[in-house]
Amino acid sequence: MKKELKLTVNGQPYELYVNPKTLLVQVLRDYLGLTGTKRGCNSSSCGACTVVLNGMAVKSCSILALQADGAEVLTVEGLAQGTKLHPLQEAFLDHGAYQCGFCTSGMLMASRALLEENPKPTKEQIKEGIDGNICRCTGYNSIIRAVTAVVKGEYKEEKK
Amino acid sequence: MSKYSVIGQRVHNVDGTEKVTGSAKYTFDVVLPNMLYGKVLRSPHPHAKILKIDTRKAERLIGVKGVVTGKDTLGRKQGIWRRFPELCDEEILCRKKVRYIGDPVAAVAAIDEDTAEEALDLIEVEYEPLPAVFDPLEAIKEDAPQVHDGVELNINVTRHIEWGDVDEAFKKCDHIREDQYRCCSQAHVCMETHDAVADFGYNGKLTVWTSSQSSYYIQRLLADMLDMSESDIRVMNRHTGGGFGSKFELDSAQFPAALLSMKLHRPVKIVLTREEEFTATKRRTPMYYYLKLGAKKDGTLLAKEARVITEGGAYTSMGATALYLTGFFSSFPYKFPNYRYDGYRAYTNTAPTSAMRGFGAPQSTFVGESQLDMMADDLGIDPIEIRRKNGMTPNYEVPGQAFIQSCGLHQCLDKIEAHIKQRGKLPPNHGIGVSAYGFMSGGIFNWFNTPYAFSAAVVRVNIDGKVDVYTGACDIGQGSNTTLSMIAAEELGVRLEDVRIFSGDTGTCPPDLGAWGSRETLMNGNAVKRAAADCKRQLLEFAAAKMGANIVYDLDIKDRWVHLVDRPERGVSYFDIVKGAIRGKDGNAIMGRGYYTPHRKGMISPAYSFGVQAAEVAVDIETGRYKLVNVTTAHESGTVINPVGIEGQLEGAIMMAGGYGFCEDQPMDEGKILNPSIADYKLIRSLDMPETKILEIDTYEPEGPFGAKEAGEGLTNPTAGAIGNAIYKAVGVRINNLPITPEKVLQALKEKQTKKK
Repeated sequence: MKKELKLTVNGQPYELYVNPKTLLVQVLRDYLGLTGTKRGCNSSSCGACTVVLNGMAVKSCSILALQADGAEVLTVEGLAQGTKLHPLQEAFLDHGAYQCGFCTSGMLMASRALLEENPKPTKEQIKEGIDGNICRCTGYNSIIRAVTAVVKGEYKEEKK
Repeated sequence: MSKYSVIGQRVHNVDGTEKVTGSAKYTFDVVLPNMLYGKVLRSPHPHAKILKIDTRKAERLIGVKGVVTGKDTLGRKQGIWRRFPELCDEEILCRKKVRYIGDPVAAVAAIDEDTAEEALDLIEVEYEPLPAVFDPLEAIKEDAPQVHDGVELNINVTRHIEWGDVDEAFKKCDHIREDQYRCCSQAHVCMETHDAVADFGYNGKLTVWTSSQSSYYIQRLLADMLDMSESDIRVMNRHTGGGFGSKFELDSAQFPAALLSMKLHRPVKIVLTREEEFTATKRRTPMYYYLKLGAKKDGTLLAKEARVITEGGAYTSMGATALYLTGFFSSFPYKFPNYRYDGYRAYTNTAPTSAMRGFGAPQSTFVGESQLDMMADDLGIDPIEIRRKNGMTPNYEVPGQAFIQSCGLHQCLDKIEAHIKQRGKLPPNHGIGVSAYGFMSGGIFNWFNTPYAFSAAVVRVNIDGKVDVYTGACDIGQGSNTTLSMIAAEELGVRLEDVRIFSGDTGTCPPDLGAWGSRETLMNGNAVKRAAADCKRQLLEFAAAKMGANIVYDLDIKDRWVHLVDRPERGVSYFDIVKGAIRGKDGNAIMGRGYYTPHRKGMISPAYSFGVQAAEVAVDIETGRYKLVNVTTAHESGTVINPVGIEGQLEGAIMMAGGYGFCEDQPMDEGKILNPSIADYKLIRSLDMPETKILEIDTYEPEGPFGAKEAGEGLTNPTAGAIGNAIYKAVGVRINNLPITPEKVLQALKEKQTKKK
């Protein structure tokens, strides 16, 4: 029996009917076509599906879509403002903090949630912030350098 | 100032903005109208006869559109060693027998994944379990179960390499060591699991989107298995979420998806689950290694003998190549006057073992570098010194095997020696271990039996001066699209943003072997450079006529400026020349072709990279746990085309190669992999990642494009050996059995204590 789900994704409100066992990642990818959010394991171990839910980094394969009822979700597609990339995106580009790119959305969203909670994390705190996300390509250090550069204010976010 | 305007620049990858905005589309994201979703049923037995498969209940389930089993295939066996039919031994959909837990027996297409999954439970397979064998040392015994009928002692492939007179040389040695090692398995753990979308049209043509390292291999193997003409199959590699050696054989997503699509005339998508990825795709080859090393008192190495038995798993796959390469690279990077290798690959009832980044060389480097340090220790020689004394140098011929042109090994040793000195006195239970390595820039062997050039490219210059590059190279995250675009831009004298690259699509790109064996920078780089040079020649012919300069002047293009080389201020805009040249050719666009096949470069590879790595560990002697503190690498890969890319390869390799030494393994019980999930398969996460430092060494490889050579896999070779040597330096114990877990270190420390008493 499908149930009503109301949520806001990247500022856009949606009303959907979903099966109770549908995962949030399925709603994002399959219902809304937001395929930037990836799925690498379906057991909340790899972090590729990380999104920001009410300000917190959440692995979208680990929660049911209905648990996100009424929530504000931010996915990688909502990170840039129009054509202006988010500072984290700019920093990832400059530092080569991605290779195959499959973990990148999750890494960006985990970093974004980290900076929201703690705008001045230490290197160790950045490492902790992305420890739930696996990257098989980069060895993490370029990602840590990119986030550090944002923390240091090398990339300014334009005020709304 | 650099003589190059694009090469060596720190650039964003050409697909970077797509990747950081989530707009890059992977096969995983492909959705076609009317598409079905497939799932694969796999054997729960390590070895069994298939007596009967009843698919009727599954076919009756609402939402199921089709089921295929081995009966729907042509009954052919395939393999990537196509030149040797007896080594093409994998059916993918088994007809009569399954040989490992995970061997596919049926596939279902349904309206969604849940329905397909449900249907798998309704397929009834009657098996007759057979005795199975899991360890290669057991498999080669006379009374062992036969994995493949008619294969004596389960020996799948043997390899012998020899030069000099090894037995005579050992007689002349002052000191000989004999050691045994075991190298474990490792999973690739690509973030995007194996997947494919197959679309067979009513026109009889098949289109396949797949996450792959070689579109051409997949096209050709599908043609073999489906009895189709290869040009009726188009394989497209879009953005690919990692490969690391796991994605250039025909797999259990691609073949069943194609078969189902042909049966149903609808697009079918199959995405392997993470568990399938761990249990039913290929993996790194576990090896038993015996090494004998002989030296003079002064550390001169006179002879080496290596004997290896590898765990082959159920099928040949690329394991035959790993068997050969581990033997060749066991001599690296040293000048052994006498060397002998004998390798045996045994079939077992375990998941097939194959290529993985480093391709046999991480194993040989771990064992060889461990033993060399022991030899140095026995002789009282510094580890750097013994490597310096015996290390390869430029223009060295590996007797009868290979010719090394550029080689910066000694510069790397100097840099690492300086780094170790700079670290000074270390805290207690800290140690720095070194490991030297080398690797190939693409393989010369053609066991795939391609009739085409190894690499090929087409470059087109359009009326607006923009450049399109078409190449069969596959960008799997290593950044080949960026590197090749940079090469095209440099050669043609345009900017990187003027180039657009189309790659890994057999429908539009020339055939090409793809991304494996660290071949794309050198081989595809040469092909792209030649194709761009072909275009440039056509443009300069027109420019010479238009500019009317004295014929003694050479013309060139740099940063969109067509000019006289000796008088760079005398020139014209590149854009004007392009417009004129196309008009001059009666409107025919400027097209250039290039290809590369290595010739007269020995039997292995046209060029080799070298490096030395130092790993620092801190061991807790109470628990055996240790921390990777710092990994510093001096690496030479010829001219650096894309510095950001090389840094990424280096640091990323440390995550993967460090994991091989530190924690990654696939323990099994009766052929069942016990840790088939990312939660249970331990790999290095951000908190375990050591500090990394890169020391670049300048070399120039005459065979490579602009002097470049490989920088992808070689970097995976040294780390396990460096960790092992570091632990020995730190606490005096030696672990000969990968991975070097805290339990093993603790056990060895206890044994050392007991011996002391």
